[in-house]
Parts: sequence; C-alpha cells; structure tokens
Amino acid sequence: QKVTVEVLDHLERLALVDFRDAEGVQRLQEAIQFADQLQEVNTDGVEPMDSVLEDRCLYLREDDVTEGNCTKELLKNAKEKVEEYFVAPPGNIPLPKLEERETFLQGS
Amino acid sequence: AAARGCGGVWHQVCQRGAGGPSLAPRGQRAFTCNARGGAVPAGKSGLAPWVPVVGLEIHAQISSNSKLFSGSQVQFAAPPNSLVSFFDASLPGTLPVLNRRCVEAAVMTGLALNCSINKKSLFDRKHYYYADLPAGYQITQQRVPIAVNGSLSYSLCIDNKMSRMVTKTVRIKQIQLEQDSGKSLHDDTRSQTLIDLNRAGVGLMEVVMEPDMRCGEEAAAAVRELQLILQTLGSSQAVMAEGQLRVDANVSVHRPGEPYGVRTEVKNINSIRFLAKAVDYEIQRQIEELENGGTILNETRAFDSKLGCTIPIRDKEGKQDYRFMPEPNLPPLILYNAKSLPANMNHQQVVNIDWIHERLPDLPSVKRAKLVEQYGILPEHSFTLVNEDGLTEFFENVVKQTQMKPSKAIGWILNDLLSYLKQHSLTVKESLVSSFLLADLLNLLEKKEISSTAAKQVLAELWKGEGKTPLEIVKEKKLELIQNQEELEQICQAVIDGQENEVIMMVLE
Repeated sequence: QKVTVEVLDHLERLALVDFRDAEGVQRLQEAIQFADQLQEVNTDGVEPMDSVLEDRCLYLREDDVTEGNCTKELLKNAKEKVEEYFVAPPGNIPLPKLEERETFLQGS
Repeated sequence: AAARGCGGVWHQVCQRGAGGPSLAPRGQRAFTCNARGGAVPAGKSGLAPWVPVVGLEIHAQISSNSKLFSGSQVQFAAPPNSLVSFFDASLPGTLPVLNRRCVEAAVMTGLALNCSINKKSLFDRKHYYYADLPAGYQITQQRVPIAVNGSLSYSLCIDNKMSRMVTKTVRIKQIQLEQDSGKSLHDDTRSQTLIDLNRAGVGLMEVVMEPDMRCGEEAAAAVRELQLILQTLGSSQAVMAEGQLRVDANVSVHRPGEPYGVRTEVKNINSIRFLAKAVDYEIQRQIEELENGGTILNETRAFDSKLGCTIPIRDKEGKQDYRFMPEPNLPPLILYNAKSLPANMNHQQVVNIDWIHERLPDLPSVKRAKLVEQYGILPEHSFTLVNEDGLTEFFENVVKQTQMKPSKAIGWILNDLLSYLKQHSLTVKESLVSSFLLADLLNLLEKKEISSTAAKQVLAELWKGEGKTPLEIVKEKKLELIQNQEELEQICQAVIDGQENEVIMMVLE
C-alpha cells in the first residue's frame, strides 16, 4: 500500500519536512513497513507500553523559584528583538498549497 | 442589551452596535431557559422548539510559585521574558520536571468536583505551530488525565428578584494538567508580533464541562461557582481579568429528539457577564441561521464585547491535526492513597489523595448551608454573602457585636451596605463603614433609641467617613426617638394648630 500524495502533502505541511525526491518518499515507505511488523504480534490482553520509563518514578520537584532572570542570554539567540520582546511575523505563514509550491511531490 | 430573567421571555439578545452585525428584532426570543431546564417553545414558525446545548472548556492558571515543568517564577506583569528558563524557551538539552504543588492543586480541584482521581495518569504532546509556543508542542494530558467524571452543582435565580433559586448540575468530563503558552502582542502597524514567554509553561488545569447547560445564564452560574470553589481551595486565584481563568464555550442547537447540531466554539470571553451574552448571542444566531434555511459551520468564533456579537475567526489553516504522542521524557504520574502508600518511600515524592481529601476546606456550598443553619438567614442571602469577597466575615463580625437578630441584621448588610459599596464601586475591604460602626448603629436601632428611617440617615452620614460614631451623628442631627408621652402630645398639637384649615376640611369630609 503506497502512501498517497495527499498524505505526503499533509505531512509536509504539518511537520514542515521536505521529502525532496523519490528516495525520501521511499525511505518513509520503508519505515512504515518496518513499523507495520508490530501488527503481526498478538497483543490480546497485554497492556500497551508507551514509554520505556513506565516503571520509573516520576520525580516531583518542590515549588521553589530556581530559574529565570536571564533575559539577556535568551535574547542573544533572537534574530530580531524589540525592547526585550522576541519578534515574530504577524501570524503563521502557512506552506502554500501543493499546486503553488516547489516540491518534488508536484510531479507525482 | 436586554434585561434577562431566567424563566422569562426576552426580546433582543444582541446589543446594537454601530455598523455591527445584529440579529433581527423579534417579538419573542426563540428559546427561553426555565427552571426545569431545556427549551420552552416559541419558534417563529410555531414548529417544535429548539434545544440549545452548551459545553465549556475552562483553563484555570494554577496558583503556584514556579511553573509546571520548570523553576521559573509565576507572576503577572513582570518585565518581558524575565521569568523564562531555558526549558520554557525550548532550548535544546532541557527536560521537563514536574512541580509537586501543581499536582496537589489538580487533585484538590478534582476532589472538590467529585471526580475520580486517576492513580495513574499520563502526559502527551499536542503539536501545533505558533510563535508563542517555542517547543512546537504543548505538554498536556490527552489520553489519561489526572481526574475524570465529576460534577458541579450551581444555583440560578428563576426570577429577577433573587427570591426563588433552583439548583442544577453539570457533569465534569475531566481535569487535566497542561502548560500555558506565552503571550503574543500584535503590532499591526509594523506587521509583526511581539512575543513574551513569561507565561509559557505556567501550570494550567483544564476543566471540561459536558454540554449539560442550556443557556448563557447557566454557563455563567456554573463558571461563577467553579471560580468560588477554586478560590476557596486556593488552587487557582481564578481572576478572569488577569487571564487566570479563561473560558471557551461550545454551542449548538437541535430539535428535540434529533441528533445534536453542528457546534461552534466561542473564544475571547473576558468576563462572566460576557460569557452569558456570548453564549446567548450564539444560540440565537444559530437558531436564526437554521430557521432561514442556512447551515452552521463547525468553526471557531470570537466574541466581540463592544458589539455583543460573535464573529468568525478566519481560519486559513483548516482543521488542526495535533499529532498527539506520549511525552517521552515523563514517566506516568502515580498518586497514592492511604492503602496504596509504599512503606519506604521519600514522602516528598508522594502525593497522597486521602491526605489531601482530609484537608479540603469547606466548599462554598457547605459554607452557605452553615450560614443558613447558624444564622437563620435565607439560602438566597447566603449566596450573596459567599459571592462577595469578605462579606461573610463582615456579616459575622456585625452579628458578634450586636444584639440584633442575624436574620434582621442581614437586611442591613445586603440592602444598605452592599448597595452603597456597589454604587461607589468599593470592595467590602474598602468599606468606609466598618463592622464595628454598623453593629453600633444596629444596637441603637435595636434598643429603640432611633427609628429605622433615622438609622438609614445615620448610615448615609457614616458613609462620608468623617470618623463620627453613630451616637454622635444621632445627637448632632437630633434623630433620637422621643419616648416621652407628654412631649409627643405637644408636638402633635402644634402640628394640628398650625394646619387648622386642613384639619377642618378633613373633619368635614
């Protein structure tokens, strides 16, 4: 079962990845096939494991103020700043529609 | 704006704003909310009534010193980006560390709302892009939240005079712990957004209320009661004006017996009053749309408080796919009770549900019941006392210092004192008349040294805050009741003598 162009477009938009070429798509395809092997195991009555940390203790921290006050350091990373605020575009700039953007998927 | 009365029919929902969208004026609202719940008929075509359905998603900021997963401070109004740790800014190499106080706050709230506390709950990542969410995802509890299946009881007055109250219940679907996002300040002139991450990572409790409500008034009453509960517990200060309590409403309408209609989400509601307005407007808008043959879009709308209407938020991104996944850096959160408590565990690492339960303070409903029982006041009175910050203590202090019966003193508190405070926009704590002074005045009244009318005059004088005692004002204005029979006769005779003609006319009639 091949991954459709619609799904690939959806992924490019959602994860901001660029599949770049047929090889990229192929790698995704193989990854899905690899993961699908999990379906072959009978897991009836078995609780799913969603974290290898499941038997670890979740450490609880005391409610003390121990961090912060490093405005200067944080802003050093900012391309643009205005009076200690980070500057961002007015809103999200969504990826253009499939027809309108340069992506290998266009040809598919 | 229409004056509302639950159980009454009202005329217009939307405030007419200049150039704003407004609903067609109607002789009768197409739905009413009555004591028995549900809709009461009057569709314009005379067909079956509409049943409005209202659910709420409430985000309450947890009252804690530090954030949910980091040690930076939680504080309203601080220099931008000064309360931000490396983790809050999502710098690589940082990890979340859960704040114990936030867990306790959520457990307290869950218990107060009659929820089952999940002894094992999980954290997840909810992904979406926005400049005020530096990690590109929010850590929340989507699969197994900390508390589920609770209920909240609230009361409504079913007429305008607050003399008949009815109790309703809304089911609580769940309470989950999650991170708050930073703040975006839109600078339209320079076409940019300024980002302040001080709020990013602050702990939130999301309380999801099932769609058991039927109108704006019910939604507002439910939120008000939740607010009181949170403030009583101390788990959140729940001040809406400071963004500590945010409410989104999910609204739909349907015909009885038919499946639920398409719902819209209403955001940007900044006060409890506006919540009622926004919900009622949206219900009315949907009814009109459907009765005119239109359809309802599953969209997000913002409430415009100036126009009193909801407007669609242009959503260029379509339906959101949040790609939920387990938070890989956090093991499950395990809570204990007296039975499951492990013997040799560091008690700082243990959150004991039973221990918290034993220490829950009296909830508003319990406080009200106690006031009614202890002082013989009406339930409606207890609502007002508990609703107004500091009023219960004021009342109790007056009662301690006066011989007047509490059931009589309450009238002076609720009618005279409270209306003075409201007129001058003062809180109880800012009152120029202390409980001591008021008790003093009520004692004069109780001992029949002054009349009730005179007492009101004295109160008006006391309100000037000139530091005089009630007795001083009484003497100054000569408001003492005359007890002497002879003196009274003399006064009456003088009045009659002075109005001879009128008296003759009266006698002749």
